[in-house]
Amino acid sequence: MRLRCPLCGERDIREFSYTGAAVLAHRPAPDSGEAAWDDYVHLRENPAGETRDLWYHVSGCGAWLVVTRDTVSHAVHTVELAAQ
Amino acid sequence: MRYSALRILKEGLTGNRGWKPVWRDPAPKSEYDIVIIGGGGHGLSTAYYLAKEHGLTNVAVLEKGYIGGGNVGRNTTIVRANYFLPGNSEFYSHSLKLWEGLETDLNYNVMHSQRGLINLFHSDGQRDAFARRGNAMINRGDDAVLLDREGVRKHLPYLDFDNVRFPIYGGLLHPRGGTARHDAVAWGYARGADGRGVDLVQNCEVTGIDVNGGKVQGVRTSRGVIRAKKVGIVVAGRSGQVAAMAGMRLPIESHILQAFVTEGLKPVIDHVVSFGMGHFYISQSDKGGLVFGGDLDFYASYAARGNLPMKEHVMEAAMTLMPVIGKAKVLRSWGGIMDMTPDGSPIIDRTGIDGLYIDCGWCYGGFKAVPGSGFAFAHLIAQDGPHASAAKFRLDRFRTGRGLMDEEGTGAQHNLH
Repeated sequence: MRLRCPLCGERDIREFSYTGAAVLAHRPAPDSGEAAWDDYVHLRENPAGETRDLWYHVSGCGAWLVVTRDTVSHAVHTVELAAQ
Repeated sequence: MRYSALRILKEGLTGNRGWKPVWRDPAPKSEYDIVIIGGGGHGLSTAYYLAKEHGLTNVAVLEKGYIGGGNVGRNTTIVRANYFLPGNSEFYSHSLKLWEGLETDLNYNVMHSQRGLINLFHSDGQRDAFARRGNAMINRGDDAVLLDREGVRKHLPYLDFDNVRFPIYGGLLHPRGGTARHDAVAWGYARGADGRGVDLVQNCEVTGIDVNGGKVQGVRTSRGVIRAKKVGIVVAGRSGQVAAMAGMRLPIESHILQAFVTEGLKPVIDHVVSFGMGHFYISQSDKGGLVFGGDLDFYASYAARGNLPMKEHVMEAAMTLMPVIGKAKVLRSWGGIMDMTPDGSPIIDRTGIDGLYIDCGWCYGGFKAVPGSGFAFAHLIAQDGPHASAAKFRLDRFRTGRGLMDEEGTGAQHNLH
């Protein structure tokens, strides 16, 4: 698997660190309650098919990336900067 | 049909014409007392113990493929009880005791081989950690022997003891650890459950779970609607998708774990050896193939195959630890789909729906749990309350933060196990 970093171009997967589902980029407010935080930290859609997850270009430019890819075929559709 | 040496002799002398299929292939009935979704190791053992321990035989196991075709046939067959934390410790201890009586219980040769498992350590700090783990195992009533460097050398003379980065300081020997023939475990439980009247329904994919008024009514399948008073979900690897049919979201992310096997060799590795610092472990199958693996690929996947970087890492770790196997040719590699929970420990619990139970989250350790998980899940379904050995495998421990079982001590967070 290779990822096309928007800043660095296509790179080997070993340059990136996987963090988890892209919901992690949308942290709930501190007072939004136990259920919202359980949902954010633990519960996952875990799809077989298209998924969006958060990767860190740790051995590259240090950008946080949202990767849209297929968990069954390992095809990578898009790689976007999480900041956008 | 009971198996015995006499029977084998008789069949051998008469052209082996008397053997029969060891389980039926029934069509599903329209209603059961209990439906188990998933005909893997855990589903089959659940059905077996429902019948044997609780006398419940109006039971169906629904398998979307064929018996033994999922993760129970895709693992590296290791059986051990060397856990540290309360919760895991009593569960795996109980499971190992079931393993030790399994062949007699099932009248089936599962080739359970207690050849001993050695976890290597490479620093003073790691020695202390393993000494502590060994003491926890002994306190639980299991066995553990702390070996120094020369002690390890007696067992495993072929290791590279003087590796510059990871010199071997010693190892924790778990003499009752070992391996079993994975397919035979599935077949033995299938035969045992079928023989007690359980219907094992193959090629029967569950497509929906019917819930009415907070109570489970049954399941919809590719072979029609099946009503049931109780339904157990035990489909590790696909838990999220099946739970979603009942409107549930789980604290699980599916990951890929690769495994490898070489060509058959003469006996060279007598134990199960694990090299934690390199994320590498190995044993030799009775056919002679070296069976080994490493860590997760570390991204969510259902592909049942991994990527090349982890293959390279595992091979490097193997060469670091035991250069002796360097010329063995790898025949196959494959990936298993792992139900990863945030704390790396499993779940056997009721759900928020009456009559619906779930057994999931086995991470990369499901095979050794097959007897214990089935025993505890059968108890949960039959008695509507947890078995003592699995009472801490609660679904709500993540939400409440109470009773997390994080063996690695890295934190109860998805990407850390």
